[in-house]
Amino acid sequence: MGRLWKFEETIDTDVLAPGPYMNSPLSELARHCLEAVRPEFATSVKVGDVLLVGEDMGVGSSREQAAEVLKYLGIQAVVATSFAGIFYRNAINLGLPVFVLPSYLADFPQLKDGAQVSVDFDGAKLKLIDFDKDINLEPLPNFLRDLVADGGLVPHLEKRFAVS
Amino acid sequence: MTTLAQKLIADAAGRENVAVGDVVVCHVSLAMIHDSGGPRRVKPILEKLNRKVWDAERVVVVTDHYVPVFDDQTRAIQKLTRDWVYDQEIKNFYEEQGICHVVVPENGHIVPGMFCVGGDSHSPTGGAFGAYMFGVGATEMAGVLATGEIWVKVPKTIMIEWRNSLSPLVTAKDMMLKTCRSIGLGGGRYQAIQYAGQAVYNLSMQERMTMSNMAAELGAQAGLIAPDEITAGYIKNAGGRLPEDWQSYRIETHDADGEALRFDAASLAPQIAAPHSPANADDAEAFRNIPLDIAYIGACTGAKYVDLKAAATVLSGRSVAKGVTLKVAPASLLDQKQAEADGTMQILEEAGAQFLPTSCGICAGYGTDRLLEDQVCLSSTARNFRGRMGAANSKVYLASPYTVAASAITGEMTDPRHLMEG
Repeated sequence: MGRLWKFEETIDTDVLAPGPYMNSPLSELARHCLEAVRPEFATSVKVGDVLLVGEDMGVGSSREQAAEVLKYLGIQAVVATSFAGIFYRNAINLGLPVFVLPSYLADFPQLKDGAQVSVDFDGAKLKLIDFDKDINLEPLPNFLRDLVADGGLVPHLEKRFAVS
Repeated sequence: MTTLAQKLIADAAGRENVAVGDVVVCHVSLAMIHDSGGPRRVKPILEKLNRKVWDAERVVVVTDHYVPVFDDQTRAIQKLTRDWVYDQEIKNFYEEQGICHVVVPENGHIVPGMFCVGGDSHSPTGGAFGAYMFGVGATEMAGVLATGEIWVKVPKTIMIEWRNSLSPLVTAKDMMLKTCRSIGLGGGRYQAIQYAGQAVYNLSMQERMTMSNMAAELGAQAGLIAPDEITAGYIKNAGGRLPEDWQSYRIETHDADGEALRFDAASLAPQIAAPHSPANADDAEAFRNIPLDIAYIGACTGAKYVDLKAAATVLSGRSVAKGVTLKVAPASLLDQKQAEADGTMQILEEAGAQFLPTSCGICAGYGTDRLLEDQVCLSSTARNFRGRMGAANSKVYLASPYTVAASAITGEMTDPRHLMEG
């Protein structure tokens, strides 16, 4: 279970992983995650929290730190009405679950910032704790689900190359 | 009927044909990486997998993000990059020669029919050569370097047709800002965009690269242009090996549902995009009277030779307004040398331009030069996201090099036609 962080604005890679901190260790970069739009995010976010975003989540650069900082900060899953392609691939490759909400944010008024939620990974559902309600998400294609289940591309390739 | 995207992917997957929506594994003909997302990120993964790069001949490494180095951290990144390149016996290494998206084609590495990946979001630039090229993150790149393979979901083709010819002082950049406004940053839906129409085929290779480059801003996976004699001429001149069957990629087939957007180039006015999105574009005229502090000609999108030349056309015999700083960071050393040889750089200098190193510079926001709070910058780059080029409250507007140069002279956002023709 975790808190829902809802963003109405477009979230690009540069606010997730700001350029000036790209040469810093991940721990430092993560402290600046989303600070341009929500200064308290990096200090308040907790393990198990869920990000809810509208269109084009992760638009912008190919820097995978944009997905990596979210995983580092303990984000359980990112739900968005649509994803930018590279961010989507990066998240999968890093084992960060990403789900498309096949609808508009406005269709779910209960999905408020700060709501208590959890994600049913296998069932592709966002569970709204306070309303005892499940919202269906688009299931990942099987091969991508396997990749995320393995923990991302590197563990997946370790299996393939049988590196013990 | 096979689209260009389908043929390129089918060839790379070793299949007769592929259908939209198929997920296929492709053999990569070229992997391009740079100093930021490259060696420092892929080295630990390859070590973990106990693998070297699958084919050193098919890997190109360019240093452009942390250029010039400015502290021990960035010096360490460049040292690691260099050591790794030698260790992996990679011969295609371009150190501080300019920005990867410009340097790699300038050295003839991209030709029609190739299937390429780049460790940078502007990698669709390679699509201008009739190659399938797209950007990936570092982990995925490590996977490519370990295996020589990558999966793709065969995209739809969104045809973007620009009919008729552009007016003077209107450029590929204006075409792209207009497209961003029309379909939005997600309008490419991670499908393949293909540019066509007379105005596109009239463009020089470097301007076509601007079109394909900004397919990234549209959220497309690739930004393709069917190759023609201009493509072939550029590749020969760059010392590249043009494949004998290059004409077989001269494909303009529409998708089954014929998805296409049509624009009229002749009626297009110079565009400016307001902060903080390239989709906030409108005719430059709509922004008149907005003063600027910094005029920036830079990046893979906006500081190639043709871009420098365009800026010089406007700046010739004029000088930058009081209170405005014009900064120019040529996209590559080759472009800079070409601009030095024909006097373009001298024109820029005489107008009052300051020169920055040939690297990603302020556009990537990685270096020491950055925008301050509330500073207004008009930039020839691709992206004006909040805080990307400096302080969160800095304001970046985007335009063509003509428009940036004209605005640098007047001190406010200016349609270059007013200055040149008015």
